[in-house]
Amino acid sequence: MIATILTQILGALTVAAALMVVISKHPVRSVLYLVVTFFFISGLYIMMNAQFLAIVNLIVYAGAIMVLFLFVLMLLNLNKESEPKTPTLSWIIASIAAGTLFVVFIAALKDIVLVSQPGDNVALSNIGLVKNLGNTLFTKYVVPFEISSILFISAMVGAILLAKREKQMID
Amino acid sequence: MPQATPINVDFYVILATLLFVIGAFGVMIRRNMIVLLMCIELMLNAVNLLMVTFSCYYNNADAQIFVFFIIVVAAAEATVGLSILILAYRQLRTIDISIFNKLKG
Repeated sequence: MIATILTQILGALTVAAALMVVISKHPVRSVLYLVVTFFFISGLYIMMNAQFLAIVNLIVYAGAIMVLFLFVLMLLNLNKESEPKTPTLSWIIASIAAGTLFVVFIAALKDIVLVSQPGDNVALSNIGLVKNLGNTLFTKYVVPFEISSILFISAMVGAILLAKREKQMID
Repeated sequence: MPQATPINVDFYVILATLLFVIGAFGVMIRRNMIVLLMCIELMLNAVNLLMVTFSCYYNNADAQIFVFFIIVVAAAEATVGLSILILAYRQLRTIDISIFNKLKG
């Protein structure tokens, strides 16, 4: 039963950290809370025995993307003073809208009956391990995998082109 | 792993819904474009969590491969989004999202 308790604690901490991302005034603090959120989500992946995704989540999200965000924040020299103010009215409206969205989601999901599967009652499956997932990735999904490298190249070229200073802007 | 309990799908569904709603809430209240992008990452992660849950529940590896591709696309999206943001900051000297209604022309 320790796994259940651990999962619930991880879930509560994930939600708390995600809330802190949204409500903290300082952008750098938001980034750091988002890194914490990704760590907790990786913990949840491990609880579901999806070890490969847990590690990829940590390396790519917490390691690469969040460093990129932090880098941009530091580069633009943003701090609490330059943070745009949100009017109180839009806080109220957004809270009501988000609460309503949650209620609608839960109401829609309430009546779902899950079809019981053979893998239902056995112990946690081993499909999330690196070996099994690698087998699937490099046999069944090898073409999308190669196409994703083209996506990365185009994203890289696009980012460099966009962020490059124009000649006349260099003083 | 002996005698492991099957995962509690309801718990994960509610958790993913909650994370998605928090991300949507952030998109609604924040004006800072970088934080807005971060809220979108949060929503993507909520979907990832849901997909991993059902992949584990149905013992099917396809969904985990899809999560892998979602992470790949999110990385590319963050790169391009942030470079557009830097470009916009150079022109406008602000990252307030409400200034961007000028893009309507």
